Amino acid sequence: MIGLLGRKVGMTQVFDESGNCIPVTVLAMGECRTVQVKTKEKDGYDAIQLGFDDVTKKDKKKVTKARMGHFKKADLKPMKQLREFRMDDVSDFNPGKKITVEIFEDGEKVQVSATSKGRGFAGVFKRYNFGGQSATRGSHEVFRHGGSIGNHTEPARVVKGRKMPGHMGNKRISQISQKVYKVMKDKNLLLVVGGVPGPNGGVVEVAKSRRHSSGKKQNA
Amino acid sequence: MNGIIDVVEKAYLKQNPPKFNVGDQVKVHMRIVEGTKERIQVIEGIVIRKRGTGTRETFTVRKMSHGTGIERIFPLHSPRVEKVEVIRKHKIRRAKLYYLRDLRGKAARLTEKH
Repeated sequence: MIGLLGRKVGMTQVFDESGNCIPVTVLAMGECRTVQVKTKEKDGYDAIQLGFDDVTKKDKKKVTKARMGHFKKADLKPMKQLREFRMDDVSDFNPGKKITVEIFEDGEKVQVSATSKGRGFAGVFKRYNFGGQSATRGSHEVFRHGGSIGNHTEPARVVKGRKMPGHMGNKRISQISQKVYKVMKDKNLLLVVGGVPGPNGGVVEVAKSRRHSSGKKQNA
Repeated sequence: MNGIIDVVEKAYLKQNPPKFNVGDQVKVHMRIVEGTKERIQVIEGIVIRKRGTGTRETFTVRKMSHGTGIERIFPLHSPRVEKVEVIRKHKIRRAKLYYLRDLRGKAARLTEKH
């Protein structure tokens, strides 16, 4: 499904016609360029590769020669971000084609993907919303522990998938059907209802949702 | 990135937002939709707090109702807040009048500002 890259600006709230207050996340979408068109015959699958965010003069020397050549092939300036979007049909696309926020409509469902904020090594309270132990009634030294992790001799091991402390966040999160509240075409902004993973200023991918509003897949 | 949020919010702000201060006795005219009918409800009380900026700006109105303190928070720019009438202005020395919550009757009076 066709998508677009952009950056998260932050959250605010707006009012709809009937006066309801709606929490929205503002996304500054880029004018993305198709860098490469992948086809079934050549690459085994149909997809378009989009580039976003031109490399500034300062960072120019960070671009490797290989990458430079990749952009040169499409006759484009080097860009910082490259992402692929799987497509059913790529015949409309050619390298260098500009894609903007105009592909989205007000009220449409989209899939928003981004890297969530890193929380470091987190305990089970934060990571899995465990309840912990009693704060009073004689407990000591165990307040935020996860409790028992299994039985004794049978099965004599910890079952796989046991929720325990560990690294939390800093991983790709996709929200599969978020509503577009408004597309501001003149400013390349997208207002999405609700929150979006990642910090303000983080890169987000917005793709057309594969699901209907009913939650069923559109074209499985 | 700076300022983009302001640009977005601009379209949702009131042209002439009601002017009043913390400590003012106000009448808030609320538009209430019941089914298909629409009516105006008036809530009178003292503004004890204003907070936020842009579309997120809100104010809190406190009144005594049947001996119980009632507080209601209104988004300043909400289309449901039809208008805010200032009845009386008061001399105050705080930005947030939370101390009124602990006071009853005569003690909860404020001096009028002329």
